[in-house]
Amino acid sequence: MLTETVETMPLRTSDDVVRLRQAVRARAVAAGFGLVDQTKIVTAASEIGRNTIVYGGGGTLRIEVVRNGQRQGVRLTFEDQGPGIADIATALRDGYTTGSGLGLGLGGAKRLCNEFDIRSAPGQGTTITLTRWK
Amino acid sequence: MAEIPILKIGDCLLVSIQVDMHDRLAMALQDDLTERIVADRARGVMIDISALEIVDSFIGRMLNNIAAMSRVLDAVTVVVGMRPAVAITLVELGLGLTGVRTALNVDKGLALIRRIIDNPESDDAHRNG
Repeated sequence: MLTETVETMPLRTSDDVVRLRQAVRARAVAAGFGLVDQTKIVTAASEIGRNTIVYGGGGTLRIEVVRNGQRQGVRLTFEDQGPGIADIATALRDGYTTGSGLGLGLGGAKRLCNEFDIRSAPGQGTTITLTRWK
Repeated sequence: MAEIPILKIGDCLLVSIQVDMHDRLAMALQDDLTERIVADRARGVMIDISALEIVDSFIGRMLNNIAAMSRVLDAVTVVVGMRPAVAITLVELGLGLTGVRTALNVDKGLALIRRIIDNPESDDAHRNG
């Protein structure tokens, strides 16, 4: 599988969430995604990007284009050095939140992608990788 | 910070969201609308989201909150113009917008608001049944 890093962007403020939506949209369009697939990965990125800022205290997003034979996809890696997540299974459950949100972010974003990976431990920060294939 | 204009048409308020909203702008719109409902004695609120390319859980919560607040203030909120790709994504995300009335376009939205204002019992019966 071929991986090409396209860009890395900081996630600090809610303006950065708007910028990340535009960057992910542009990359999904370039990868040939249809409108529904574009909307799904942009929405998933918006959810996780906000989590990185609100719960992770800010971090970075790396956008990559991945190729597997004829298939093309977009992979997003969100990384923060925040407090981390102690119980990942619970955090993924719909309706669970430690903040003031709806608790749909993690589980919802997972449903909107083809591949979802989360690595986190208390005090170790959080890294979430989403991939959506065309 | 750019503001989202709120237009008054008769006893209704109309908002057309034309920008990619950051979270603070969404919160500001929620507060502005709530104040305008009272100040203008509005009975209906229509929110046009036809220009929105995504609705994530934050924007969804804002729409739910506006609908709930306007209900408490005796006004009806209708969200119009949702794009099909946005609707598909919202359902998969798990956000049903259960408290929000929707209509396909501005015409149908105004007609729905008028019908509910003129005949509130039929709406209660519909929602509870």
